[in-house]
Amino acid sequence: MSANMLGNGEYHRFEAAGQPFVYLVPSAAVFALDGPADAILRALAERSRTRGELVDELSEMFPRAEIEETITELVRVRAIGDVHVPDKPMPKFFPLTPFPLTTMVLNVTNQCNLSCTYCYEYGEDKIVDTENGKKPKFMNEETARESVEFMFKESGDNKMAHLTFFGGETLLNFPVLQKTVLYARQRAAELGKQVDFSLTTNATLLKPEVIEFLADNGVGVTISIDGPKEMQDKFRVFHNGEGSYDVVAPKIKELLRRHTSRPIGARVTLTSGVLDIKRIFRHLTEEMGFWEVGFAPVTTSPNREYAISTPGMDSVLAQFEELAFEFLEAAVANRHHGFSNVKDTLEEIHKGVSKAYPCGAGLGLLGVATDGDVALCHRFAGSEAHKFGDVRHGIDRQAQTSFLEKHHIEDKTDCSTCWARPLCSGGCYHEAYTRYGETTHPNLHFCEWIRGWTDVCLRVYGELSQRNPGYLAQFDRTESVAELVS
Amino acid sequence: MKHLKAVNSKAGRVLRYVGDGASPAKGDGDVVALQGPGGGAPQQAPAHIPLGCSLAFSPGWEADRTGGTAGLCQPVERDIFDCHLGCFWPAQVPDQLNHAPTWTATCASAQKDWRKMDIVFP
Repeated sequence: MSANMLGNGEYHRFEAAGQPFVYLVPSAAVFALDGPADAILRALAERSRTRGELVDELSEMFPRAEIEETITELVRVRAIGDVHVPDKPMPKFFPLTPFPLTTMVLNVTNQCNLSCTYCYEYGEDKIVDTENGKKPKFMNEETARESVEFMFKESGDNKMAHLTFFGGETLLNFPVLQKTVLYARQRAAELGKQVDFSLTTNATLLKPEVIEFLADNGVGVTISIDGPKEMQDKFRVFHNGEGSYDVVAPKIKELLRRHTSRPIGARVTLTSGVLDIKRIFRHLTEEMGFWEVGFAPVTTSPNREYAISTPGMDSVLAQFEELAFEFLEAAVANRHHGFSNVKDTLEEIHKGVSKAYPCGAGLGLLGVATDGDVALCHRFAGSEAHKFGDVRHGIDRQAQTSFLEKHHIEDKTDCSTCWARPLCSGGCYHEAYTRYGETTHPNLHFCEWIRGWTDVCLRVYGELSQRNPGYLAQFDRTESVAELVS
Repeated sequence: MKHLKAVNSKAGRVLRYVGDGASPAKGDGDVVALQGPGGGAPQQAPAHIPLGCSLAFSPGWEADRTGGTAGLCQPVERDIFDCHLGCFWPAQVPDQLNHAPTWTATCASAQKDWRKMDIVFP
């Protein structure tokens, strides 16, 4: 061993409930620090010191033996270390293959009865030509059945398969959706498996018989809606430019009244004109009755008029923070709060997720286009460049392996010094493709934001761990959870 | 552990792996035959940067036992940094102190990223 010059390892320090914590990178472990531990990290943040120097300097505040003991502990969990000994390179672990399919997203149509200005499927940044391209506009019953067979086959030893219907506007192809649910249920029973259904819809076609069917079959429903009338009608418009709020609002209320077997969530696309998050949240939960609301900024090139500016994203973060701390107070009192963005991140922090890939796309989640072509995810469904085989011949394992080799976090040099990488892992492939033209590119335009938001979630997590640790126990469950489809 | 309290599940796993402090942890310099504490994985010395070629000897540094470079114990690309940063006689690389401070900014790991390093013109 050399002179043992100690320096800080990779971590993010944060304070919650009046106490210091560290989030260690890349292990994603969260530790609460006592006085000596925090003092050592602070001293080493100024500059590197030898063990002896450190003990001498801090001995006025703490007994020498305690400092020695704490240094040993911090070295052991790799919060600090010898600056002359570089960290061992992270092994580039690839997921075991064949990786079982947990979620299949079935694009039953690429058509839509709305023409939301910002839509990634129809708007200015679209990947697939859904108007004049060669893909069928609707999935037929046979392809849907083949997709169900594909899903069960590729789910391997998994007992549970998740089928998500998507579009376009999913309910434009309600007849095929209906038959597919019944067929998948029958096949699951024959194969001794379970299947679970969900869909995303713009709510315009929620007729009473559709609602009946969804409720009776326990189909999870996510509604794309941007908020109160003036916000919804800004971009979520019909082909003639007419806003859609007045059409969808009564239908959503009817759905929420009748469909109580699964929690119904709203998914909001944030754009330059739709940024009053707290107002949207209140409207959708308290006035409309949604169980939870998730927000995501629009995926777009930066020069579009609906793209959110940097000050806009700062305001989003400030409002997210307010809602997150509201969520905290609810969680401390064991009350429900519907801000789903924070809950998803808390679960990942609790488990200590350290991701090699930003999401399940290309791993446990795949999208299926109307003609049965399998794609990286639903956002790439129908794109030749991101094809992973088709439902008749199975997953193209070679394409999948090559994709996973190219997109590993260890190959994202820009991410290698970021403390938030265990959770972010470079961000959405589709976002990167739209911004930078390649899926391998980390989403650098969101870095500051992601670090800010991760810090908020860590502080909420730290507070919860002190004030109501029982709440966090719900995240200890191990069964697989369906990937969120947005 | 007395001074660090594991908060999330992963922290608990880290403690189970490195030991709770009762037994010496890996990397503390205690040699326990070829095994880590508790009969775990074989103990391995951490990687190191040799401080100049006259101060340390890295067997297999320039050539492997067959005379080639495929089986080096350190990837050959690391020479760039080992000669440049660690050696009293700097290799011919840009002056990172004054002239080209960001010369290696795109190179997080020499073995992987050395191709990304820029050419610097005086």
